[in-house]
Amino acid sequence: MTEANLLLLLIVLPFMGSVLASMLPGSARNSEAWLSGGITLAAFAIAVSFFPTLAQGEVISRPVEWLPEYGLSFTLRMDGFAWLFTMLITGIGFLVVLYARYYMSPKDPIPRFFSFLLAFMGAMQGVVISGNLILLAIFWELTSIFSFLLIGYWHHNQAARDGARMALTLTGGGGLCLLVGLVMIGHMVGSYELDDVLASGNLIREHDLYAPALILILLGALTKSAQFPFHFWLPNAMAAPTPVSAYLHSATMVKAGVFLLARLWPVLSGTDEWFLIVGFAGMSTLLLGAFFAIFQQDLKGLLAYSTISHLGLITTLLSLGSPLAAVAAIFHMINHATFKASLFMAAGIIDHEAGTRDMRRLSGLFSFMPFTATLAMVAGAAMAGVPLLNGFLSKEMFFAETLEQHHGSLLDGVAPYVATIAGAFAVTYSVRFIHTVFFGPKPVDLPRIPHEPPHWMRRPIEFLVLMCLIVGIVPGLTIGPYLDVGVRAVLGSRTPEYSLAVWHGFNTPMLMSVIALVGGLLIYLALQRYLARSVDGAPYLRNLKGQRIFERILVTISWRMARWAEANFGTRRLQPQLRLVVFLAFIAGLWPLFRGGFQLELPRLAGFDPVFAAIWFVGIICALGAAYQAKYHRLAALVLMGGAGIVTCITFVWFSAPDLAVTQLLVEIVTTVLILLGLRWLPKRLEAVDNSVTAPARMRRHRDFILAMVSGAGMAVLAYTMMTTPMPETISDFFMTRAYSEGGGTNVVNVILVDFRGFDTLGEITVLGIVALTVFALLRRFRPAFDSIGVTEQQRIQNEFDDAAADREIGATVRDYLMVPSVIMQWMFPVIITISAYLFLRGHDLPGGGFAAGIALAIGFLLQYLAGGTRWVEDRLRILPVKWIGFGLLIAAFTGMGSWLFGFPFLTSFFRYVEIPYIAKMPAASALLFDLGVFGLVVGATVLMLIAIAHQSIRSHRARAVEAARAEEG
Amino acid sequence: MELVLALGIGFLVSSGVWLILRPRTYQVIIGLSLLSYAVNLFIFSMGRLVVDRPPVLPGAGTVDPAAYADPLPQALVLTAIVIGFATTALFLVVLLAARGLTGTDHVDGREPER
Repeated sequence: MTEANLLLLLIVLPFMGSVLASMLPGSARNSEAWLSGGITLAAFAIAVSFFPTLAQGEVISRPVEWLPEYGLSFTLRMDGFAWLFTMLITGIGFLVVLYARYYMSPKDPIPRFFSFLLAFMGAMQGVVISGNLILLAIFWELTSIFSFLLIGYWHHNQAARDGARMALTLTGGGGLCLLVGLVMIGHMVGSYELDDVLASGNLIREHDLYAPALILILLGALTKSAQFPFHFWLPNAMAAPTPVSAYLHSATMVKAGVFLLARLWPVLSGTDEWFLIVGFAGMSTLLLGAFFAIFQQDLKGLLAYSTISHLGLITTLLSLGSPLAAVAAIFHMINHATFKASLFMAAGIIDHEAGTRDMRRLSGLFSFMPFTATLAMVAGAAMAGVPLLNGFLSKEMFFAETLEQHHGSLLDGVAPYVATIAGAFAVTYSVRFIHTVFFGPKPVDLPRIPHEPPHWMRRPIEFLVLMCLIVGIVPGLTIGPYLDVGVRAVLGSRTPEYSLAVWHGFNTPMLMSVIALVGGLLIYLALQRYLARSVDGAPYLRNLKGQRIFERILVTISWRMARWAEANFGTRRLQPQLRLVVFLAFIAGLWPLFRGGFQLELPRLAGFDPVFAAIWFVGIICALGAAYQAKYHRLAALVLMGGAGIVTCITFVWFSAPDLAVTQLLVEIVTTVLILLGLRWLPKRLEAVDNSVTAPARMRRHRDFILAMVSGAGMAVLAYTMMTTPMPETISDFFMTRAYSEGGGTNVVNVILVDFRGFDTLGEITVLGIVALTVFALLRRFRPAFDSIGVTEQQRIQNEFDDAAADREIGATVRDYLMVPSVIMQWMFPVIITISAYLFLRGHDLPGGGFAAGIALAIGFLLQYLAGGTRWVEDRLRILPVKWIGFGLLIAAFTGMGSWLFGFPFLTSFFRYVEIPYIAKMPAASALLFDLGVFGLVVGATVLMLIAIAHQSIRSHRARAVEAARAEEG
Repeated sequence: MELVLALGIGFLVSSGVWLILRPRTYQVIIGLSLLSYAVNLFIFSMGRLVVDRPPVLPGAGTVDPAAYADPLPQALVLTAIVIGFATTALFLVVLLAARGLTGTDHVDGREPER
């Protein structure tokens, strides 16, 4: 159990460290390094402590249920293979932290660097020890995101931004493919748990979905590991700080792809599809990467292409499908991480101390930095595959494996030749790296005088190079047992006999090595003069850049095609868009009727009520009138719209919906007032009707008219058919029978709102609150249109009247405007408050409730504004609508959370009747408290919106003053 | 009864659709209000038309759901009315702000070219 918890700590520590690191001050370079180093070292120690358990072949796992209904669990699982990677991630991670402490300049934002680095470490650790496929995909995408942030660390640099974006597009896109592939695997196996998946290899390989799933997973793995044709993001990612390159592009990020290939190797490999796709990608990457590496002029570019090539080597090994090849692949993953990390660090030191990474300018650095030079030479020799170094061992195994396999295909036949040629190229670029930089004449006009770096900056390289040496000389004693644990975890019972000896006698692989070494040297000698002067990139292929193709595609899709589509299909005008929406809605409504063979029944006149018909006659006249008048007579249109609203309200009363009627009536009032307030800010309409209507405009009107008629007729038919169809059984019965026994209320509508569907109501009042705040925020910056600023016409006429009369002063009439109604309105204030309280309290049992009561109270406030004016009210009353909204929402939410205290789910309600002396038997349900929240919010939101608009008239005074001042100045 | 209400809904929809296709913001806001009446009535009528039987129970005892109006569409419409008010208010404010910024009450924020 302790070990299982330590496993969780392995992921939690880096992420925690990341948060801490981001909070330290920018100058704290040392504390950042101590923090990050401590955390990596702790993780490393945890990993080391696992070894005894894992050495016995056990698997440590920590299953935690997350979303069990989707088969998603937070299972962490550590076996030998994951352990090997954990050692690389934490071990090399520590060395990189140490190196970065000296590499990063004090001017760089250090907290950001270490924070991202630690977060990346956590994500990578997560990929390695995920025991659930979906969890793995999540961590996989996290590594893409954090690598994006790390590559783009120097975001003032265009190359860094581009490189980061390209890496994210490719690896993130690959990650999405991977997710789909993994979901398919989960579908085949019936479980996303890695243990189950690893046990169902035959099932997966024989499944119909095997090929698509394989291709999708490979898209994920090959993009991540920069395999051809997705290799080009890696050289562009070299714009990252060198510690990042040393970490991401040797031990972690790019290794995630081959890690996944090896992880799923027992399940997916062994088929022809696997061999062809993975083998082709691997071999072409191996060869092309090595070839391109020779012609790079940038040190890091050379290393980047060499990394691509070595990853191709690992991929090729995994493609072969034989257990021995898998052993070699795993072994090479470790070896490559060691020598490549040290080489990246050496390149960083050269860049740091000499000021350039251009191999045409660097030369003869051996005399300036002999220690670094020696270290780089050993690491470079390991990269070239020189005997007595670790790179040689795995390369020999690779050569042997290419000879062994016989699938009988062309790809198989060329494998040994490809391997030897790529081996020779590897020798060439390694020799070039060492020879150009450290030997030859003294460098001229370098940006800085090179010298040895600080001691501690060199320590990580020394350690890694030492590893290369001792693993290379005595592999069985050093790496042997650890490699064995990792290999057994992947291969299980298929683990072959293998030997890690340096000397296997004179055999064909040995011969291949010799050919590669000699051939590589000869190629270098032949190319030496050309390389010293050539431009960056391989001859002839220089212009064929994957990067450019990628950018072309991106530009075409995201810019040209988008513009073309907008120009041809888009419009920025609202009317055509709405017309399209209405038309599509009409078609969408018609289609099922058409498909279902709809037949219209003859209307029945049973139960025809002349009064009701007369009411709706008025309603229809109102609706048509509003439509007709809305352009030239806004007030009339508003009144007519109100008429239609009243008819709607009466309909609710007529058909047994008292709650709706109350709410509709109250809302009708506030809507009308609201629009009345808004009318003042709309432009004046010209009195004369514009008769010069053009032909297209008339066409549009006819079209709209037909569309409107057809939509209306369609809705009428639909509504009629619906209403005359017998009622099926619905969930309403459930609400009806339980409203009293379980909700404690007799008004079923209210019980549904505050109890059964309380969660929905909580969402709705939240929306209401957000809308009110939006209105408030929009109006804070509102500037009235220029022609609406002046005094309104009515006020102007009244002022003129005052001016003309001898005994009146200007403003007297305006002041006493609606005197009697104002007094009545002021007196009504307490009455309305009482009505509101009454509506609220009876809501659970009789029509009423929080919504209606809230709007009623808002109307009470509103009337005061109408009666006394904004200033008068606000001198006497502090309303604070935003607080009403806040407290309303809090009360509703806390009532819901209150049920947690008693161990029930959110918003479980409780009720009991309480006898209040002298008043009544009151229902004291927790739902009432919830309704109080609804009430508060509705009051706040309504008042806030109305007040915000009302306040505009105060502002227009101010705007008028500003305009007047400007006019005087002018 | 059903016929009358269906006709009413139809005319409300026609007027509303006609108005939301007009170029002036005020026409659109009136159109949206009319449409929301129609939609509310339509949803409400899904519970079928029942006279004199509001979904208010007499108290304890067994309940026969068939004896009452359907409470579910009513609950849906109740919140819809309030939310409808909120969106009308929001739209009104947006149109006021747009008018202040652009100087026109055309829905596209500029007068059409003649």
